[in-house]
Amino acid sequence: MKKIAYYPGCSLEKTACEYDWSTRAVCAALGVELVEIPNWTCCGSTPSNAYDPLLGGALAGRNLAIAENQLGLDTVMTPCPSCLKSLKGALKTYQKKPEAFLKILDMPFSGNVRPISVLQLLYEEVGVEAIREKVIYPLTGRVIVPYYGCLLTRPPEFADFDDPENPISMDKLLEAIGATVPYFSHKTECCGASFGVTEKPVVGKLTGRILEAAEQAGAEAITLACQMCQQNLDLRQGQVNKYGNTAFKIPIIYITQLIGHALGIDAKTLGIDKLIVNADSLFEHKPSALRA
Amino acid sequence: MRIGVFVCRCGTNIAGTVDTEAVARQALSYPDVVYATDYMYTCSEPGQKEIQAAIKTHGLQGIVVAACSPRMHEATFRRAVEKAGLNRYMFEQANIREHCSWVSNDKKANTIKAADTVRMAVEKLRVNEPLFSSQVPINKRVLVIGGGVAGIQAALDCADGGLDVVMVERESTIGGKMAKLDKTFPTIDCSSCILGPKMVDVAQNEKIKLYAYSEIEAVSGYIGNFTVQIRKKATYVDWNLCTGCGVCTEKCPSKKSYDKFNEGLATTTAINIPFPQAIPKKAVIDPKACLYLTKGKCRLCEKVCQVKAIRFDMKDEIITEEVGAIITATGYDLFDASVYGEYGGGRYPDVISAMQYERILSAAGPTGGHIRRPSDGKEPKDIVFISCVGSRDPSVCRPYCSAVCCMYIAKQATMTRDHLPDCNCYVSYMDIRAPGKNYDEFVRRAQEEYGVQYFRGRVGKVYPKGDKLIVQGADTMLGAQIEIEADLVVLATGIESAVGAEELAEKLRISYDQYGFFMESHPKLRPVETNTAGVFLAGVCQGPKDIPASVGQGSAAASKVQMLFSRDTIETDPQVAMVNELMCVGCGKCIDVCPFGAIQWKTLRDGSRKAQVLESVCQGCGLCNATCPPKAIQLRHCKDDQVLAAVNALYA
Repeated sequence: MKKIAYYPGCSLEKTACEYDWSTRAVCAALGVELVEIPNWTCCGSTPSNAYDPLLGGALAGRNLAIAENQLGLDTVMTPCPSCLKSLKGALKTYQKKPEAFLKILDMPFSGNVRPISVLQLLYEEVGVEAIREKVIYPLTGRVIVPYYGCLLTRPPEFADFDDPENPISMDKLLEAIGATVPYFSHKTECCGASFGVTEKPVVGKLTGRILEAAEQAGAEAITLACQMCQQNLDLRQGQVNKYGNTAFKIPIIYITQLIGHALGIDAKTLGIDKLIVNADSLFEHKPSALRA
Repeated sequence: MRIGVFVCRCGTNIAGTVDTEAVARQALSYPDVVYATDYMYTCSEPGQKEIQAAIKTHGLQGIVVAACSPRMHEATFRRAVEKAGLNRYMFEQANIREHCSWVSNDKKANTIKAADTVRMAVEKLRVNEPLFSSQVPINKRVLVIGGGVAGIQAALDCADGGLDVVMVERESTIGGKMAKLDKTFPTIDCSSCILGPKMVDVAQNEKIKLYAYSEIEAVSGYIGNFTVQIRKKATYVDWNLCTGCGVCTEKCPSKKSYDKFNEGLATTTAINIPFPQAIPKKAVIDPKACLYLTKGKCRLCEKVCQVKAIRFDMKDEIITEEVGAIITATGYDLFDASVYGEYGGGRYPDVISAMQYERILSAAGPTGGHIRRPSDGKEPKDIVFISCVGSRDPSVCRPYCSAVCCMYIAKQATMTRDHLPDCNCYVSYMDIRAPGKNYDEFVRRAQEEYGVQYFRGRVGKVYPKGDKLIVQGADTMLGAQIEIEADLVVLATGIESAVGAEELAEKLRISYDQYGFFMESHPKLRPVETNTAGVFLAGVCQGPKDIPASVGQGSAAASKVQMLFSRDTIETDPQVAMVNELMCVGCGKCIDVCPFGAIQWKTLRDGSRKAQVLESVCQGCGLCNATCPPKAIQLRHCKDDQVLAAVNALYA
């Protein structure tokens, strides 16, 4: 069994708990042992980096150092793209100013640890074929578009994963679990991110056009791998509808939930009921779709 | 030996950070040095006279000049000492500028280093020997590689000057990229009308031997005497018989081949003549598409060919040509627009490259010159041109400007407004670069007379919505985001080096930069020469440029060849390797390492085998010298004792 250090990040404890549950369940089903970093702390997020990049780097770096020192693991997986950015930023900060970094960190750190996203884990480490072989309930006939958002593949020299402007990893994973994947023009367009808090019209407009493009592509649902995007597209779908005078009702579901379902994990474990826009229609199987 | 040392001040270039007077004074203490001085500009005429006078007055037998890099002025000083009666190899140049005064501001340290450098030169000079060059005849034939407009110009100029020209073209026709263009800026004259006659001239000129559909296999030899192997690729058609009637291309049932000439906008037949004005106008079979060559059935072209020219059993052929000079005019290729995933080139049928749009504009193109978009053949009402796709963008390793895109966009937009006055043309640009004669006026005319709408800023995204393309971008002048509903998006793809440029450069032993463009000998003063004597450059293979500049370079390269061929013989460089047969053990390692094939076996009368250097082929690289276990091969003017003398001077 492959062992990977796991850094859930704060969102996955509460607002995006279904992302955490489904990630753990899918990894277990695919033979990847996730070892949660003991006593993990905040990645530093935006505020610490705005205040002092060195401090921000060290805050995230602490978690990498624990993975290295206590767990002896060289790969840290986090489902949250913002945390991923912080963890990768920590490595850059360490490479730039190793002495100052180690002084704040106050524990040994070699920097030989690689942060990856859950998408990268599924696509590059586990592999599309390994997933395809384990599918029990394929999503045959379901039209689903993948939405990557801004951070998973960008900036390219930072993310070092997939194509920055036309990524295909989630497309391939969707195909592996049997879904029909039309080309999605807005797969990397901005959802408005944290403007949902301060400038609702921005999210209304930006998220609105993503939903519109998905509907035009004939999608029954949008799948994604970022809890911030998920929040804007799912939780705020009502606000978007109000802002744009639209009536979208598109389920927004994590890729880990979809894969989990295809692998035969039950809806409760995957937290399907946590989604705001009801996604049950996706899983109404005709008996003929069952393959085992 | 009586040695004189001249320390150059080079204005303040050297004297600013080196005490040249002190260096000269110290040089007087070195063995054999009988005269030393410093001078303002040693390379100037009075400076050279000063050296020559000192040789006479002080009976000098060897000269050291401490100045710039020998790459700059070694030839100058060698000539100067030769005029004063010394052998030109009894001269050494100590580099105290690029290697010393320009490197550091520490005058004290620089002065010590300069003095050491002079000492090394003096010690080497003490063991130098006079060397003498010999004369070899020049083969007054010239090879032109590439049949685009630059190569055509070079070939015609050489042929008009009475030289025999061998032209090698990779495609089945000459004409290059210019043959694909509809019109040319800034005069909007028809590209094929001005290029066509020149292509015909090439075909009809008895002095020009054209190998089309051929590539350079190998090049050996040296200036004045190159041997070139040319691979004539199998065309499966006997070109001596083919009349170019085109009946075979009408009957060929395999019609799905990629049409290279039309940039993939149309498909073509397996047996094909790229365009009506092709030179030579001969058919070529694509073996990957031909039904007979892939599946073993068909032979329809063979049946319809009235002159019986089809040869399915044809093989590649290697031909050897002897020439005295080579002009490289291999042109360029265009940036692959699909690299920018955000624009959707290669994914959306109505996002096309500018060269594809050029074919749409061309009366001989797939739409007969009617502007129709590829997806549904509709006339576009709104077209967006996006500049700098693969230019001025370090993130795709293309930090340079392609030099032609701003102009061809203005041309294409003008042409569009001329053909379809109701069609709106938008141009997204970073800066408009129009520095040629009548160029800026041309761009202004596009904006002011033809109403092409320019907005400054980058397009960030193109995506389809219904049958339209939404172009999202920023107008940095308005400071606003903009969105245009377009029917067609034209990407101004930049210039990149031709496929295979690096391999050809290695065959020719010329340098290329990190983008694959061939390196000229000096960026300002030797723009068509390379660092390999006898090999010249013309056109975009050297760097992005437009048609007038390419033609100018073609003519310049031709005149350089004429200049070279105006002599009957050429002086060989005596700084080559030589074998001491008494020490040679006949291991053959030097033969293995020589990159030029300049060393061969020689059997002595006693039957023993020794290495022998072909002096006319040796380039003096010294690889054999470094490899030879008993040090039997020595490089003249850089022999072990000479190098060691210099090194010992430093560490003794």
